[in-house]
Amino acid sequence: MDFINAIVLLLNYIFVPALAYGSQLAIGAIFVTLIYGILRFANFATGDMMSFGTMVAILFTWYFQSIGISLGVLPTALIAIPFAIIFMILYMLTIDKLVFSYYRIKKSPPVQLAMVSIGVMFVTQAIVRIIIGPFDRRFFDGEKFILKATEFKEMTGLNEGLTVKSTQVITILITIILVSILFWFLNKTKTGKSMRAYSDNEDLALLSGIDPKKVVMITWIIAGILATIGGVLYGLDKSFKPFTYFNNMLPIFAAAIVGGIGNPFGAFLGGYVIAFAEILITYAYKKFFTYILPETLEPDSLIQLLSTDYKFAVSFSILVIVLLFRPTGIFKGRVL
Amino acid sequence: MREYKNVIVAYSIMILLIILVGVFQSWGIALSILNLCLISAVMTMGANIQWGYAGLINFGVMGYTALGGLAAVLVSVAPVEEAWSAGGINIIACFFIIIGMIFSIRYVLKKFTKSKKRTYGIISLIVIGLVLLRLVSEPGIENIEAVDPAKTGFLGGLGMPILFSWIVGGFFAAGLAYIVGKVALGLRADYLAIATLLISEIVIAVIKHEDWLSRGVKNVIGLKRPVPYEIDLQNTPWFINLVEKFNSGKLKLINSVAERQDVLNQLVIDASSVYVKLCFAGMFLIVVIILLIITQKALYSPWGRMMRAIRDNEEAANAMGKNVVKEHLLIFILGSAVVGIAGAMMVTHDGLFTPGSYRPMRYTFLIWVMVIVGGSGNNFGAILGGFAVWFLWIEAAPIALFLINLFTSHLPDTNAIKLHLIDSVPYFRFLMMGIGLLLIMRYRPKGIIPEKINIK
Repeated sequence: MDFINAIVLLLNYIFVPALAYGSQLAIGAIFVTLIYGILRFANFATGDMMSFGTMVAILFTWYFQSIGISLGVLPTALIAIPFAIIFMILYMLTIDKLVFSYYRIKKSPPVQLAMVSIGVMFVTQAIVRIIIGPFDRRFFDGEKFILKATEFKEMTGLNEGLTVKSTQVITILITIILVSILFWFLNKTKTGKSMRAYSDNEDLALLSGIDPKKVVMITWIIAGILATIGGVLYGLDKSFKPFTYFNNMLPIFAAAIVGGIGNPFGAFLGGYVIAFAEILITYAYKKFFTYILPETLEPDSLIQLLSTDYKFAVSFSILVIVLLFRPTGIFKGRVL
Repeated sequence: MREYKNVIVAYSIMILLIILVGVFQSWGIALSILNLCLISAVMTMGANIQWGYAGLINFGVMGYTALGGLAAVLVSVAPVEEAWSAGGINIIACFFIIIGMIFSIRYVLKKFTKSKKRTYGIISLIVIGLVLLRLVSEPGIENIEAVDPAKTGFLGGLGMPILFSWIVGGFFAAGLAYIVGKVALGLRADYLAIATLLISEIVIAVIKHEDWLSRGVKNVIGLKRPVPYEIDLQNTPWFINLVEKFNSGKLKLINSVAERQDVLNQLVIDASSVYVKLCFAGMFLIVVIILLIITQKALYSPWGRMMRAIRDNEEAANAMGKNVVKEHLLIFILGSAVVGIAGAMMVTHDGLFTPGSYRPMRYTFLIWVMVIVGGSGNNFGAILGGFAVWFLWIEAAPIALFLINLFTSHLPDTNAIKLHLIDSVPYFRFLMMGIGLLLIMRYRPKGIIPEKINIK
């Protein structure tokens, strides 16, 4: 019984939250990796683009709430996502037209494009803050829990409860659907294949008649979809605050590089690697050990490898270690 | 002279702008802007050494700035004797454990040939060391943080004059840069950017949460100043006399003695704050000028030419027998040290150390905007970038407010959009920075004062 309790404890505090957080990071990391693989620059505006998409989704959510549309137990934001995606794609295509395309056609070095993306980051951040303000906003409505701790305890008769928030389930489900469609698209359709070809070798792809404009446009469209959905899922699960989104760029980068930048599947797994590492290393295992060890061996300290303050630092340290020993990432990405 | 024409013009405009702020807003504001412009100029010079001279991209400016700030605390704050006796031994022991770890790993690396066994040995050494560190440090840290947590709760510093910290800050940053450089400099440019950005975040996390070292988010306030305090100045006879002399014309117009005394007191209070800021400005100016002379000399020396050669064509420089890796590391350390000096100057100026305020937006990306806008590879450009961007950063809000009022003047004061825009005035600075950066990168990619290379 104690053993099952210990397992439930880990499920509740580590597995479920890390899976949800990992999915959110994974979507962001695929976004970074796509931009890197096809447009060939590190996009420092990642976090702010996600916050732009989320902002539009929140505005639509408020609008729907005001006219009385809702999904019942599901959050209203889910209906808002498609509209937000349209706005996000328009925004991204506009930015590409106004800013990035000039440098792409000039074939500027990637560093210059990264600098330009910093300019875009500043502008996007300003737009988001001017429109919606810098404050913390919760836009979740509907049923909050799928499984409450007390219900679980009653059901199973265990000491430990297992809580499953509906946002976590929604996050995981949407991620699975989105990522499967994306991989299907990249691997099976002609457009997806042409994108991969373009990412692999630009000149060869151009020679074989692939239209670079189309590839770039499709990339931005997919990026817009990923950015909005990733942002909204994070916002539903936690809350929306422009500054947090900007900061989330860092673990997302870490995930993309750990997985092997330019490799979408690597980025997807990288998200989970980072999320699990962050939570596993900063979790206090005291209760876990009191369950599985005999009473005489019970620990009196927290048994925490690192305090939770270092959550971010953990993912960055992983990144540094990966860069040192396996610079192509866990799954071979682009060679540095 | 002709080639310096645009430099002189650009700097005169900058000085004129600051004077205009002094005339229209107040001299106190103008001087604070000037002081922070000077500090920003030091930071941009550091970043410019790395990016402009050698083409190394360092997005870790924030980390070095914070380390410089930490140096200011560790040098100037008086040591907390109680904390030292409570847990000092543990911290010193930890220090020795770390040194022991490094030496034993080096010994293993040297003595044994590369094999699986050696790798496992090193891993086990590190793990044993970390466990030992944890065991030794934990009680010490707990004891230290328990010593009067509202006031101290940390080890304190050396109690030396804060000016020393400017040098120490440079050394701290250089030390970090050595480690980071060893780890990350082999990476391609954009990976280097990301790696340095993330490493600087780790540095901030450590400074924020190691309370025994830096008091963390509890902040250190009331740092010693290298210049007199306003309150002391207000009671010094020579200062009051000086103010009286300066304003004698104005004071003569007032007849009643009591009223004249009141006016004089107010003038003395204003003047004392201006005087303090002037002192800071003078000190910062000295640092900027010294650094400018050194960097200019370096830029036009054979060493500077070699750096440019490495920047423009690494392979060719390598083929000519230049040690690219070594030079990259050297310049990375030098640039970071300059940024560290700026960090210490900033904390000296503010008189407080707030780890929570170090954010990448302000301390990394803004500095980069300064370098790009000013003109990378040119020290005068970098300094001008620091001035212009910081000036705009501060004055963006009033400018935005003015523009909003101008464009919405036909709307009534209760208009929702107008009110919303006026509420969000502070965020227009991001917009201006972003648009400024994008415009400069598009239409003047070498910056306001571009790099000039004279080939004789």
